[in-house]
Amino acid sequence: MATASTGSAEVPLKFLDKPIKADKTTDIIYMMCPMHLLTIQQKLKEIKVGEVLAILTDYDGALEDIPMWCENTGNEFIGVVDASDHYTFYIRKLKD
Amino acid sequence: MRKVYLDHVATNPLHPEALEAMLPYLKENFGNPLSIYELGLKAREAIEDARGKVAALINANPQEIIFTSSGAEANNFALRGIAIAHQNKGNHIIVSRMEHHSILNSARFLEKSGFAVTYLPVDKYGTVNPEAVKKAITKETTLISIIHASPEVGTIEPIADIARVAKDRGIFFHTDAVASTGNIPIDVNALGVDLLSMAAHQFYGPKGAGALYMKEGIRITPLIYGGIQEGGRRAGTENVPSIVGMGKAAELARKDMDRRISHIKPMRDRIIKELLKTDHIYLTGHPENRLPGHASFAVEYIEGESMLLLLAGKGIYAASGSACTSKALKASPVLLSMGIPSNIAQGSVVFTLGEGTTEADVDYLIETLPQIITRLREISPYGKGWDHPEDLLMQKERT
Repeated sequence: MATASTGSAEVPLKFLDKPIKADKTTDIIYMMCPMHLLTIQQKLKEIKVGEVLAILTDYDGALEDIPMWCENTGNEFIGVVDASDHYTFYIRKLKD
Repeated sequence: MRKVYLDHVATNPLHPEALEAMLPYLKENFGNPLSIYELGLKAREAIEDARGKVAALINANPQEIIFTSSGAEANNFALRGIAIAHQNKGNHIIVSRMEHHSILNSARFLEKSGFAVTYLPVDKYGTVNPEAVKKAITKETTLISIIHASPEVGTIEPIADIARVAKDRGIFFHTDAVASTGNIPIDVNALGVDLLSMAAHQFYGPKGAGALYMKEGIRITPLIYGGIQEGGRRAGTENVPSIVGMGKAAELARKDMDRRISHIKPMRDRIIKELLKTDHIYLTGHPENRLPGHASFAVEYIEGESMLLLLAGKGIYAASGSACTSKALKASPVLLSMGIPSNIAQGSVVFTLGEGTTEADVDYLIETLPQIITRLREISPYGKGWDHPEDLLMQKERT
């Protein structure tokens, strides 16, 4: 697992080498800001504490926003896989 | 003068109950559905209530309904949105020659953008053959779009059969059901479609409201970027009154569908039976598999537009097919694709019935149209040769 940091984000951006198992996957490719954050909020309600949400997006702003959002809301940002045409973000729900 | 509106495929009057439902959202309930205070919540709830009613009309889930401004927008959205979203899988789409311009012109736009498009031929009734669809599929095909029912000739396509062909090959299937939704029963699951377009004013809802049904989990590129309306797939502050009106109209269409069909169908059949008694007039479209209120004809030796003008002079409002035919004075591509010669296709006339149509209206049409045809043929430049149309055709080609 590689760890990287973007210039502007205060929260480290962790890149994963390969996909991991998720309990729920949601595809919001082609959806722009702020659909990535709204979708996470909505979809986390549908999984249990400790479970993992995968979110597919091609929105570059998510690289900063999702780790930051996890930090602010007390959920775990596990990491992101960079496929050629989209990212998959993994988030572990830590509280209801 | 008597007024007889027989152009229900162009549009319909707003149902009084739909208007009633809309009024509060044109007046006191003016809030923006995204606002978090009470006015906004009222508007949000009204939209979600309408979404449920529109979904129920076609047996979909509410979250599978995306509101648009029109049927044309829904068609553009489906064709361009799916083709572009899935272009990494392939660059070929299939449509038929029966499609509305919102599909055909979107397909032409995609062609200019590097996509390959197959325009499927149809038989003499305007029916698309599922086998022809199967043959047209390549490994690059990502989307097939076939119209559900033609507004021009009324033919209802074998959508379930074509959708099965698409599904077997893992290809997305869209149908333009603008002319049919709310007028004949539609179940998206029974039809097996992935996407379906509709427009509210085709079933006594307001203009300015349409919707795209899209099966859950499908990826699409938006046509309009902006805010988070419609799940970020269609931005822009919602047309709340029209969406509410569409919901009410959908609820009424579902409830009243059987009654509406049994009201118009016998009158439609009578128009066809009686008008076919005139010489050199033909039914266009399928004789049985057609929209219940739809009677369309090709009248030889006259030009459709002049027929419409004289009909309007007698208070009868009808259509002459597509915008190509009516406004550009061009033979309809749909009629030509059905093998109807261009000189006959020019004489196209379409009568479409609705809730307000009466037997007396039908009597008036049956009495008036043959008189108009006779009068026009007397003054028509085609008139002289009309007993020998083949001579006329040759003369026309020479000039």
